Amino acid sequence: MSTDLEKDARPGAGDGAADGPTPLLELRDLHVYYGAIGALKGVSLTVPEGQVVALLGANGAGKSTTLKAASGMLQPRSGEVLLRGERVDGIKSHELVRFGIGHVPEGRRVFARMTVLENLKMGAYRLRRPDPADLERVFTLFPRLADRRKQVAGTLSGGEQQMLAIGRALMGKPELLLLDEPSMGLAPLIVQQIFEILKEINEQGTTLLLVEQNASQALQLADYGYVLETGAVVMSDRAPALLSDPRVRAAYLGEAVE
Amino acid sequence: MTAGVTAGKTPSAARLRKQSWYQQPRYRRLFAMVITAVVMAQVTGVQGARNDLFYALEENFTGTGIWIWLGIFLAIWAVREFLHGWLRGFVDRFKELAAAPSDAAARKDPPPSGVPGLVRRAADGSRAVRGLFRTHRGYQLGGMAALLGLLILLPLMVSTFWQQVMVDQIGMFLLIAIGLNVVVGWAGMLDLGFIAFFAIGAYSAAFWTGGLPVEPPVELNNFLVIPVAVLTCLIAGVLLGAPTLRLRGDYLAIVTLGFHEIVYLTAKNWTEFTGGTRGASSDRFSIDLGFWSYEWGLDPAPYYWLQLAFIVGVLFLFLRLEHSRVGRAWTAIREDEVAAASTGVDTVRFKLLAFAIGASTSGIAGVIYASKLGFINSEMFLVLLSVLALSYVVFGGMGSIPGVLLGTAILVWLPEYLRDSVDPQDRYMYLGGLLVVMMIYRPQGLWPSRRRQRELRMSQEGTGAADALGAQPGGAQA
Repeated sequence: MSTDLEKDARPGAGDGAADGPTPLLELRDLHVYYGAIGALKGVSLTVPEGQVVALLGANGAGKSTTLKAASGMLQPRSGEVLLRGERVDGIKSHELVRFGIGHVPEGRRVFARMTVLENLKMGAYRLRRPDPADLERVFTLFPRLADRRKQVAGTLSGGEQQMLAIGRALMGKPELLLLDEPSMGLAPLIVQQIFEILKEINEQGTTLLLVEQNASQALQLADYGYVLETGAVVMSDRAPALLSDPRVRAAYLGEAVE
Repeated sequence: MTAGVTAGKTPSAARLRKQSWYQQPRYRRLFAMVITAVVMAQVTGVQGARNDLFYALEENFTGTGIWIWLGIFLAIWAVREFLHGWLRGFVDRFKELAAAPSDAAARKDPPPSGVPGLVRRAADGSRAVRGLFRTHRGYQLGGMAALLGLLILLPLMVSTFWQQVMVDQIGMFLLIAIGLNVVVGWAGMLDLGFIAFFAIGAYSAAFWTGGLPVEPPVELNNFLVIPVAVLTCLIAGVLLGAPTLRLRGDYLAIVTLGFHEIVYLTAKNWTEFTGGTRGASSDRFSIDLGFWSYEWGLDPAPYYWLQLAFIVGVLFLFLRLEHSRVGRAWTAIREDEVAAASTGVDTVRFKLLAFAIGASTSGIAGVIYASKLGFINSEMFLVLLSVLALSYVVFGGMGSIPGVLLGTAILVWLPEYLRDSVDPQDRYMYLGGLLVVMMIYRPQGLWPSRRRQRELRMSQEGTGAADALGAQPGGAQA
């Protein structure tokens, strides 16, 4: 199947993706290994400024690995990570935060025993002088967090924890937000709410790179999509095109092949 | 195996649900009280004799002492178990009376007469006093100054023996515990080799004052040794910290234990440098400003004041640290290293910083110790002391400075106090018993920090590890 799909793989060459000037984030031929096991075998993709890019694929396809390589949590063995055309691979993740990359890690990872407010304040850690307007912005986006600002994060529901994780990343004023499966383990209604908020965040000017299992939700939000399979990009296109592609529908949207 | 056999072996749910009487919390507490009574009877009764092993047990458990202690502790238990609801109602009524007045004052409500009025006025008064302390910096400073004054006068009120204990033991361990609290309580790294830095500080003092078998390049005054020892310990702390940063919890504990053992054996076996078990001498503190000079001699009181100055100085620095960016970074690292890194905390740097700060505090304590005794040998830096130091910090309440100070003072004082009442060889047995009881019934420590209390409560409810020390090894980030 993968060879069949290969001819459609046009990394970074899609209509919407590479038209602009320098893209905000560009991955070039990334190879990442876990020990001897190759997790990424030459992934290239571009994230243009102001857009939402979705990264789809089955379990073990290398989606999270790609995200971790982009945010500096993993170092690629070869290949380049470019932020506004400048190489940033090899920079540690806590430094990359200062370059305006916010990472919402997989499984939320809020500080479970800090309060909501403390979590959000930690999010602004990189800023010497935190802006109170940022906190207001997060509370406007997530009114539920405002109601629970004194509550300990570990006692929040899964959806609220996800909101808190996104809110915490926003407190660091990121230009590019990397989201690793924001829909993981959440009820459909909550997933919908979160995606609506993500859309709002994007409209306010933050670029999003989104890893998702929930392909239909992700493609509805995204401008552009990449499909990963066993560590390589096998398809990429504008989101509506991917959404209507019969192969994507069969593999990731659970429809029977005609 | 047939289905019938399996079904026959399945115990009935009703039987599994039934709790035996001794499993109920009430009777577990009774058991604890009885044990405490037995221990108290033994502590306060006659002591053992070398030639008759069971002499003390026989005497203490057949006399009246044990009945008195049993009576006391059973009474406490009974009040707690059976009068609790009644007392609770009483307390609630008082609280209700005391809580109302702020609204009442707003409504210009005259306080009721009689007992309720008295309660309300008393509550108003105490709230006013607390408010003053909370809002007015002057009162806070005044309170601290009064406490400090008391501490300055303290050695004048006790015997020379207790002065020695206060300087050689309590003061020394207070300084060590403050440093260890940074590593364990704030950064959440389990350190079982903390006394190694103390030893490095002590040997620095001996080396730079010319007490070791080798000659130093220049001989320094003991006060000047302190920055040198701090620097040495900083380097040692980073040397230990750098390769072990990926480790946490029990793994880190074993590495630090090994580090202590290496330092101890070096001190013991490298006799041509350290003097080994025969020891080495060190100068005492002295000041010579030309027009005025002073030398610390055999009297412990001047050392006490010197030590107090150091402790206050270190506390002054550390209390600021707790709520600074550094302190918040440590809290985040303790909670979740990956999340901390993703908010921009340099986990490597802050863990190293905690190690270095802790190590240098311990080093200062080492210099003071060597300069006070004027003599050190390798046997003063046993691994046991590292374990004891850790238990003082945990006993007082990890991460809480007042808790750590109080816990250390009590636990160091207790064996010295017991010297007169029990067989001196058994003293640490009672200390051990106290630690066991404490960890079962009050794991958060004597005076826990709010955050620590919350962490423990939440771990019981299933969120997070029981303590940050046992968190995932490595934490994915190097």
